[in-house]
Amino acid sequence: MGIIKRISGPVVVASGISGAKMYDVVKVGNEGLIGEIIRLNGDDATIQVYEDTAGIRPGEPVKNTGRALAVELGPGLLKSIMDGIARPLNKIEKKSGAFITRGVTVNTLSRRKKWEFKAVVKKGAHVKEGDVLGTVQETDTILHKIMVPYGVHGQIKSIKSGEYKVEDVVAVIKGPKKEHKVTLMQRWEVRKRRPYAEKLPPNVLLSTGQRVVDTFFPIAKGGAACIPGPFGSGKTVTQQSLAKWSDAQIVVYIGCGERGNEMTEVLTEFPELEDPRTKKPLMERTVLIANTSNMPVAAREASIYTGVTIAEYYRDMGYDVALMADSTSRWAEAMREIGGRLEEMPGEEGYPAYLGRRLAEFYERAGRVVCLGDDKRLGSITMIGAVSPPGGDISEPVSQNTLRVTKVFLALDAPLAYRRHFPAIHWLKSYSLYLDSLVEWYGKNAAQDFVEKRNEAMKLLQKEAELQEIVQLVGPDALPETEQAVLGTARMLREDFLQQSAFVDYDMYTPIKKQYLMLKSILRMHKRIIDTINLGVPYKEILKEQGLFERIARLKEISSDSKMEKEFEKVWKEIDEKMNELRNRGA
Amino acid sequence: MVESRTLIKEYQTVEQIAGPLLFVKDVPNAAYNELVEIILPSGERVKGQVLDTSKGLAVVQIFGSTTGIDVPTTRVRFLGETLQLGVSDEMLGRVFNGLGEPRDKGPKIIAQEKIDIGGNAINPYSRAQPNEFIQTGISVIDGMNTLVRGQKLPIFSGAGLPHNELAVQIARQATVLGEESAFAVVFAAMGITYEEAYFFMKSFEKSGALDRTVLFLNLADDPSVERLITPRMALTTAEYLAFEKDMHVLVILTDMTNYAEALREIASARNEVPGRRGYPGYMYTDLSTIYERAGRIKGRKGSVTQFPILSMPGDDKTHPIPDLTGYITEGQLILDRALHRKDIYPPFDVLQSLSRLMNLGIGKKKTREDHRGVADQLYAAYAEGKDLRALSAVVGEEALSERDKKYLKFADEFEKQFIQQGFYENREIEKTLSIAWDLFSIIPETELKRVKKEYIQKHLNK
Repeated sequence: MGIIKRISGPVVVASGISGAKMYDVVKVGNEGLIGEIIRLNGDDATIQVYEDTAGIRPGEPVKNTGRALAVELGPGLLKSIMDGIARPLNKIEKKSGAFITRGVTVNTLSRRKKWEFKAVVKKGAHVKEGDVLGTVQETDTILHKIMVPYGVHGQIKSIKSGEYKVEDVVAVIKGPKKEHKVTLMQRWEVRKRRPYAEKLPPNVLLSTGQRVVDTFFPIAKGGAACIPGPFGSGKTVTQQSLAKWSDAQIVVYIGCGERGNEMTEVLTEFPELEDPRTKKPLMERTVLIANTSNMPVAAREASIYTGVTIAEYYRDMGYDVALMADSTSRWAEAMREIGGRLEEMPGEEGYPAYLGRRLAEFYERAGRVVCLGDDKRLGSITMIGAVSPPGGDISEPVSQNTLRVTKVFLALDAPLAYRRHFPAIHWLKSYSLYLDSLVEWYGKNAAQDFVEKRNEAMKLLQKEAELQEIVQLVGPDALPETEQAVLGTARMLREDFLQQSAFVDYDMYTPIKKQYLMLKSILRMHKRIIDTINLGVPYKEILKEQGLFERIARLKEISSDSKMEKEFEKVWKEIDEKMNELRNRGA
Repeated sequence: MVESRTLIKEYQTVEQIAGPLLFVKDVPNAAYNELVEIILPSGERVKGQVLDTSKGLAVVQIFGSTTGIDVPTTRVRFLGETLQLGVSDEMLGRVFNGLGEPRDKGPKIIAQEKIDIGGNAINPYSRAQPNEFIQTGISVIDGMNTLVRGQKLPIFSGAGLPHNELAVQIARQATVLGEESAFAVVFAAMGITYEEAYFFMKSFEKSGALDRTVLFLNLADDPSVERLITPRMALTTAEYLAFEKDMHVLVILTDMTNYAEALREIASARNEVPGRRGYPGYMYTDLSTIYERAGRIKGRKGSVTQFPILSMPGDDKTHPIPDLTGYITEGQLILDRALHRKDIYPPFDVLQSLSRLMNLGIGKKKTREDHRGVADQLYAAYAEGKDLRALSAVVGEEALSERDKKYLKFADEFEKQFIQQGFYENREIEKTLSIAWDLFSIIPETELKRVKKEYIQKHLNK
């Protein structure tokens, strides 16, 4: 038993802890607050405490659990909301009421709930780590696979389908040295990545239904993306849109140091919203981790690891997992705060010198992989991290270190947000390095000339920026007609394609095919306009065809069903007819 | 404050005094955050709190002035408890100092309950979604940055801008439509002048709200370290009134900039590694333990809605205080000096203002079905108009197209008719929306892309 020597905020120094190892979980003080050893110096251990330390005194005891911070993995994780160290918040509420008091110990997984386990291997079979022993229908949409734990292999001595609680033994594996009892639940240390067989290149699109993302700055399954932006630029709305509509089978959403009401919003909305693919509530596939900004800062540091470990666990079952971390800046600040209390020599802007390494290690846990197990199933974790740079200036250390390890940069732009251009992702500042590896996917799933069309649109947007500079000096009328038309089309692209409402039912989600058709319509319109101008019809005359422009503006309202293509063809025909009419009138 | 004599320990072992910090040695086990009473040689008593404790040494932060404290004879009493506030509904109508002691001539408060002022975090699972529309009668807020019960919406202002008037007007006019319910105002002043505090008191009195108000005043000449306690006193009171006494509480905190300055003062006295502009690295976490104490709780009737006011040093929104605040609060209302110079009240910088919870409080059955679209259209059109204003300054208005000129006119009229309103003008939401539709008639109908067609037919030129 150790004794507390010093307390300074979330950092406690204790001496005489028996068998203290780095990252051991300890119980601090008379109330048994949960903490983790983060530094050892002779007999002294420095502990970061995951709960408020007010009222704790030197001389109080510290007990070592001898185990590193681990999370319980098994059926029952989905649909739950937990704090940074995986304690379900509904169970905390039962124990301590609407306000979170400290020293509450609850299990992540319910010990009483029974699950229907269906064995898929037979007695006598030889199994090794990662092999699927059986399944549990965790929610309507997700089949939870019970896998042979890491480091275990041998012959099945017994296995039986039936109703089990998470701690019940469902199978016994006879290994070369000893027998191993498999339960529905296993534990995993959060700071250690879960192993896989092989990493694959990311060449499948994580379809998000967000036009500016899927078409212009795509995120590949297994990839990593970052969303930096000043406050009010829509980071959270963007993150939530991606969490809602991406075609991942599992979503792990980490609210890291953000607002309490935002978590409430997710908790209220997700059970009601329908997954466009499975038609089931989004909550069925979601795990929420909430460490709001006023919850203890050390648990914030842990929340990211808790989240990614749960994500890896579902990936290992062969699912595509999307992990949203909002916001990684708060995570970094938690590290800075703890580092400061340890009196560490700070690196840039007071952040610890290991900030870059920690960020890189985290994002490296993303990836599309061949999982362990004989069926060679594929799984992926796609990470999307929000960054909250102070003053919106991304030259700061968290943004810069994040950019070095992520391949997609969705730049949220304050001026766009002010004019309510949402998502406020700036088309000239953002980039995606996955575009090249996704060409084939687009060809197969959208259209052969998809990337070509995308690049054509991008060129128009770039041209617009150049022309705007001239307009700022001499006014728009000084431009040649065709260039005025470029400005007009770019405006269409911005307002009728890039902008997308997260709140209007027909607009919140656009399948990739419809995205293509919308883009194609705008580009076709542009081509006809240029042709018509070249035949001598003034641009002003074309602009009078307001109905046509309105058709483009309302393309998003076309419902994306089997008749969709016909509807679009109708629009194209209308464009052609009107332009011909203009031409004939002009001639 | 009740003192349980047995736990109190007294020491006369002050080793060092540095700024607002007192280092007391030979203290075996002071509790972290324990409340301390310091008895000066003159007999005067000041309060303090343990900031860092180890075997044999306690670092105490003093709330009050260190004038007169000496090393040999000053006595330090450790009170064996953390800082608590005795709360009661008799606090309504009373004025307290920054530490929660009566400042008016009224009697002592007999506590119904003693509550730790640090406040535990509301369990996100227990929160109820804020979704009740509060009509403030101010068009820019109701129409474009709608406030809902349980929200925290700060006013970012600057020296010389009318943020106090605005806060008073909101406190006076805020109502939830079709509902009579118990409300209260909790007002916490941190480092503001007596004149400003007087303005608030007089205004509350005038509107008859004073007996529903609890005031905590830490004025400019009061000890700055007290400012760290004042908002927590106020919020503890607010939570008590809201969640134990079923009231809807509006909390006004002013000026948060002074609070942050006090935080920096302590941090530098402790030789902490400074973050941006000398503010401590944990300022985000610290501010959040104030701002996050707003909200609603499932199964309880009351609510805490927060209106923090802060003045942006140099009108700079990227300064750490407004910046970190903006990352925690659910939006922000920004005041604009240029509009103020044009004599437009309230001088909102509309484009930079935002209410994140707006969507929860508007629409059918709450305000009106066309509300979202109208707000988006106002934003888009005003943004366009402002851009064109900048352009016309360069190329001249003559070079603009007909469409562009209409937008210019829209921007001007928007400022004059929509933003501009009187200090006593209380606009119904219907009125606000109808002004918006009148303004839409200035720009071509085909430009109204943000509103549904059916609403255009229903409301335009009607």
